[in-house]
Amino acid sequence: MATAAPRPAAFPDPFRLGLASGWKVIDASTLTQDLTLDADVAIVGTGAGGGTAAEILSDAGLSVVLVEEGPLATSSDFHMLEAEAYSQLYQESSARKSKDRSINILQGRCVGGGTTVNWTSSFRTPAPTLEHWAREFGLEGFGVADLAPWFARMEQRLGVAPWLVAPNENNSALRRGALALGISSGEIRRNVKGCWNLGYCGMGCPTNAKQSMLVTTIPAALSRGATLITRARASTVEHGAGRASALQCVGMDPGGTDPTTRKIVVRAPTFIVSAGAIGSPALLLRSEVPDPHGIVGKRTFLHPTVVSAALMPDRIDGFSGAPQSIYSDHFLDAPPTGRLGYKLEAPPLHPILVATTLPGHGIDHANWMNQLSHMHVLIALMRDGFAARSSGGSVGLNADGSPVLDYRLDEFFWDGARRALASMAEIQFAAGAKSVMPSHAPVASYSSWAAAKAGIAGLALEPLQTSVVSAHVMGGCPFGPDPKRAVTDPTGRHHHLENLYVLDGSLFPTSIGANPQLSIYGITAKLATGLAARLRPSRLG
Amino acid sequence: MPQLPDSEARNLPNVTRRTLLKAGIVGGAVLVFAKWMVTSNSRRESPEGRGSALDPSAQAIVAAIVPVLLEGALPGTNGSVEARAEVVAGVDRAVTGLPPASRKELEQLFALLSFPPTRCLIAGVWSPWPSASRETVAAFLDSWRGSRFTLLRSGYGALHQLVLAAWYGNTRAWPAIGYAGPPSLEAG
Repeated sequence: MATAAPRPAAFPDPFRLGLASGWKVIDASTLTQDLTLDADVAIVGTGAGGGTAAEILSDAGLSVVLVEEGPLATSSDFHMLEAEAYSQLYQESSARKSKDRSINILQGRCVGGGTTVNWTSSFRTPAPTLEHWAREFGLEGFGVADLAPWFARMEQRLGVAPWLVAPNENNSALRRGALALGISSGEIRRNVKGCWNLGYCGMGCPTNAKQSMLVTTIPAALSRGATLITRARASTVEHGAGRASALQCVGMDPGGTDPTTRKIVVRAPTFIVSAGAIGSPALLLRSEVPDPHGIVGKRTFLHPTVVSAALMPDRIDGFSGAPQSIYSDHFLDAPPTGRLGYKLEAPPLHPILVATTLPGHGIDHANWMNQLSHMHVLIALMRDGFAARSSGGSVGLNADGSPVLDYRLDEFFWDGARRALASMAEIQFAAGAKSVMPSHAPVASYSSWAAAKAGIAGLALEPLQTSVVSAHVMGGCPFGPDPKRAVTDPTGRHHHLENLYVLDGSLFPTSIGANPQLSIYGITAKLATGLAARLRPSRLG
Repeated sequence: MPQLPDSEARNLPNVTRRTLLKAGIVGGAVLVFAKWMVTSNSRRESPEGRGSALDPSAQAIVAAIVPVLLEGALPGTNGSVEARAEVVAGVDRAVTGLPPASRKELEQLFALLSFPPTRCLIAGVWSPWPSASRETVAAFLDSWRGSRFTLLRSGYGALHQLVLAAWYGNTRAWPAIGYAGPPSLEAG
């Protein structure tokens, strides 16, 4: 078994070096006057979709302007402190909620978007998902074989590889428990190079081992002359006569919470919306882009996730080591259109993340927290969006234009959640747990699988009593040939605005059924390459 | 959820229970009322006024719930006062970092909890927050946590998240939970 990468005496911050070399990066919170920019392509968002598109289009010789609402923070700024990272690098200080507050949604908001703060888990889009898209949504050209070269290309670009270091105990216990029960598990590939196995991926990688957009595609685009404007919120896309004409943005204040009066306009013949599966539909809604069938923002999916905590006899130290290295798809091994299936994984266990997710307060809560180093936690990610009864949520707008996702947790979901809580408890006991507590209020913990099985069967699962979280927002601007059911065509081009493209996870007509970053990379690489060929046909061959 | 009405009955005076029922039926009206209170108080919303996100009455509420939410977590006697003050300050900082729509909602929540008639009827806290007994505060938190009304449960959820994050993000909290903090990046 390999060990983590050796530690150099000092390591560079390539982004800061790039800035010093003259990259065009503008912090809109510091603007003293309004700004108008011209480019061949304007891209909203710098996450998995926008970052991938920026590299491919700038590589084709196109001038690119990237607009990012969040701040630019680079490895020198990443101090592995939750209090700092969650407020700076995440949407709404990592406290974004669904409309009724029942789901906490973790989404990146910084240069690199979710890729800067994700846990590096890399899965190709599962075959059953792609087959479902072809069958149900008429998507052609997105089969396993069609996408294989695109995944291979992005895997190579981002260093996606098997993780050869021993899993941390939090992941190891998942494998051990699953094995004891005859439940299949696998090893998660990660997009890292020279990883130190620290475990702080969610707070920004301090060593630049994680091959996020922040250290790969965005530097590549900036090196070719692209312009990045940070702390600028895309307000609306101006359009008329079936074409988008300008992107209207406002500057954000240095704290990143409130817009300033500073206006930024980006004019371009081509626009790409890559603002994530809440931000992208919200931008289209604010812009009143033609939506004759009322589908923008509908069918937004979350992989809504339930949580099971356990206490183990030995130290787990789940705050240390690669956060995710083992998974089980055992409970996805059924037709996706049936009752909800779920993927099992382990999360990083840092104090704020654990404390805010565990239910209750006072002595009971403190007793669990005091055993953090012995705590083992599993999460079950529900594969939403496949069954007729799983239609996801709906993105709408608050009075001030900010987005809100209305996602109802119904009986169909709770049936899956209950089975998942039981599966996790059984695995945890099989791995040696002394007690298991589903993350649910009123708090109930069990000291045996038999007790847990009976107890979980009787839990009154409901919103704002059972912890439900999400780190994967998908859908809302689905691609497909039928304008009645899809916002864009299969190339990502908007069905009603000929020069507007959506390139991010909002394209997905269902959830992925796996951590979505590699799905976004592969599919947007394919679509952005197609777009580059249309915009620069002379560059072909 | 059969046990919840019982726990509400245990924790709340009858009049409060009836009011809670009404609050649920007219939950929207409560929100409208809270919004009206916030706008009629016309609190400063200018960016330069954002030194402190919580007004003194909101700070008093947070200060009152901190010892209950963090019972068993805060240090015993030595440093307890300081620790509590740091949690209140941490909550304040966290609220400052939220987007305007979320700040407004929290403002409404705190307005509802500090305005005496709603403090009594919706929260069941009959004395001003600084003089509310620990038992009263605990009963309030339990009743909102277990309420049949999602509006009150979400209010509890917001307080839970703000206070627990403010404490467990504080280095002072880490020794007791066996967390050594971030590793060193020095060559090793």
